[in-house]
Amino acid sequence: MNRVFVKEEACIGCHLCEVYCQVEHSQTKDLIKAFKRESPRPLPRLWVEGGKPVSFAVQCRHCAEPSCVFACLTGALQRDPESGIISVDEERCTGCWTCILACPFGAIKRDTEQRRIVKCDLCPGEDVPACVTACPNEALIYAEV
Amino acid sequence: MARTEKVKYLIIGNSSGGIGAVEAIRGVDKAGMIAIIADEPYPVYSRPLISEYLAEGRPLERMLFRPAGFYENNNIQTHLGRKVKHLDIGEHVAELEDGERITWKKLLLATGGLPVIPEIKGTNLNGVFTFTTLDDAKAIDRFLSRLPERAVEAVVIGGGLIGVSVTEALVRRGARVRVVEMKERILNTILDEEASALEEETLRQAGVEVLTGRTVVEISGEHPVKGVLLDDGSRTPCNLVVIAIGVVPRTGLVSGTGIKVNRGIIVDRHMVTSSPDVYACGDVAEAYDFAYGENRLTPVWPNACIGGRTAGFNMAGIPTEYPGGTAMNSMRYFGLDAVSAGVVTPPDDSYEVLSRKYDYIYRKVVLKDGLVVGMVFVGDIEKSGIVFGLMKDKINADGFKQELVADDFGLASLPEEIWRPGLEIPPSGLASSVPLEQAEEMVMGE
Repeated sequence: MNRVFVKEEACIGCHLCEVYCQVEHSQTKDLIKAFKRESPRPLPRLWVEGGKPVSFAVQCRHCAEPSCVFACLTGALQRDPESGIISVDEERCTGCWTCILACPFGAIKRDTEQRRIVKCDLCPGEDVPACVTACPNEALIYAEV
Repeated sequence: MARTEKVKYLIIGNSSGGIGAVEAIRGVDKAGMIAIIADEPYPVYSRPLISEYLAEGRPLERMLFRPAGFYENNNIQTHLGRKVKHLDIGEHVAELEDGERITWKKLLLATGGLPVIPEIKGTNLNGVFTFTTLDDAKAIDRFLSRLPERAVEAVVIGGGLIGVSVTEALVRRGARVRVVEMKERILNTILDEEASALEEETLRQAGVEVLTGRTVVEISGEHPVKGVLLDDGSRTPCNLVVIAIGVVPRTGLVSGTGIKVNRGIIVDRHMVTSSPDVYACGDVAEAYDFAYGENRLTPVWPNACIGGRTAGFNMAGIPTEYPGGTAMNSMRYFGLDAVSAGVVTPPDDSYEVLSRKYDYIYRKVVLKDGLVVGMVFVGDIEKSGIVFGLMKDKINADGFKQELVADDFGLASLPEEIWRPGLEIPPSGLASSVPLEQAEEMVMGE
């Protein structure tokens, strides 16, 4: 199963991964509309941390023993036994944020408008996640583990 | 002669702990018969969502913790809406109230907690409720629907998590609510003074009256409730009372069995009780608390799930250690986000406290000997899990502790050796988790 990995040395802190993640998770998949028109506003599911000299993107690690899934109060967070992907059932998430307290990577974000969490879903339907495709300096790697 | 059922795994309790256990068992033992007994008649639902049921009538289908078909798909025998009358630990038999007997090889007690009812007059009056189960929420809902709109005057006894949850639900239903808290501040066991004050202010802004340092000494009325009498002699009229002064481990089943109980059923790091084939987890268990370094009650949903999962692996013959849990809570009352964990108010000056507060943003970290042992985050909570992780993994934070309460805190604030292994391609592929690694060595079945 493939995962997104970080190559910190190559990250230039440009935040393009965030931009393209947001577009990928928008309804229109259009850069301008995703940022200016859509409501509810799509949110990026990863973010660049740090600044100078160290920066890197952080997204869900899809842990084998996922603290967030064990902490989830509603059963919205699940780990697919086949793919190992941690997914969130948006209908069942009530935005209690217990998973946020449980995630040691700080990789879960609040969507306060829709009162639910957002996190990396590895871009279902795409061969390569949008953040990896968009990274201009190959600081994000999509690789088998 | 009553029927006798034979199962390999018997689980008493059908909530977070029980489900955590059956999922672990089914991960490594597809065939061993599992039975779940619970006195509630419902498939596993999210207890914390009963406030959403009460507030806006969220249907049971949208409260289910696992999808429909969960029990069938996992080949689990269910005895829902039934009670265990007696446990014979020596014989490995559970006798149900209707006379049926179930024999087991491994037993898990995941019976949860029971609300504490104070010894005061009037707790049995019509209009007096507790708030821990779906049936409690249904009962309050039915009672509310018979009262005229906007005419509900509620008194909530107890300003802890359950008390504040039911308060929010009642306010959303249009009730006027007074919270009576015995201690000097609400949410006093899980928040520190600063955060309690922010919560209290938020409640007041939502129109809730908060009375602290007061107890209810009598609930008055006949049919239904008419009001409460406080310890200062004042009377408060009301037509609804919710008792939320706390929950105690539901240990009744083990009394007289010889299984050791302190405040809860004592379990070791494998979630085994003092009797080798009997396990316990969740609100009923007193298990290892990593923030305090000793066994404590930590009655929160995530710990029940992880404790149950640990018990399940061990019951199925996969030696697995409980990593420990600690009190951890996330709150979102009236729109104010707050999380806390571990020791939030240091008991003495051997602890170090770092904090930062402005407006409704508050961050506090409690350290002892360089290790994080407690935390409170209000407002901006999204990086709180990183601090919780440091606490859980007992990582010495002396060198970077000031960063933990900084506005721009994140993984990048930590030393490289902490963040790098989690983000980069591991040199030799991803290591399997402990239970899965050991599963290959396990001798399955019988």
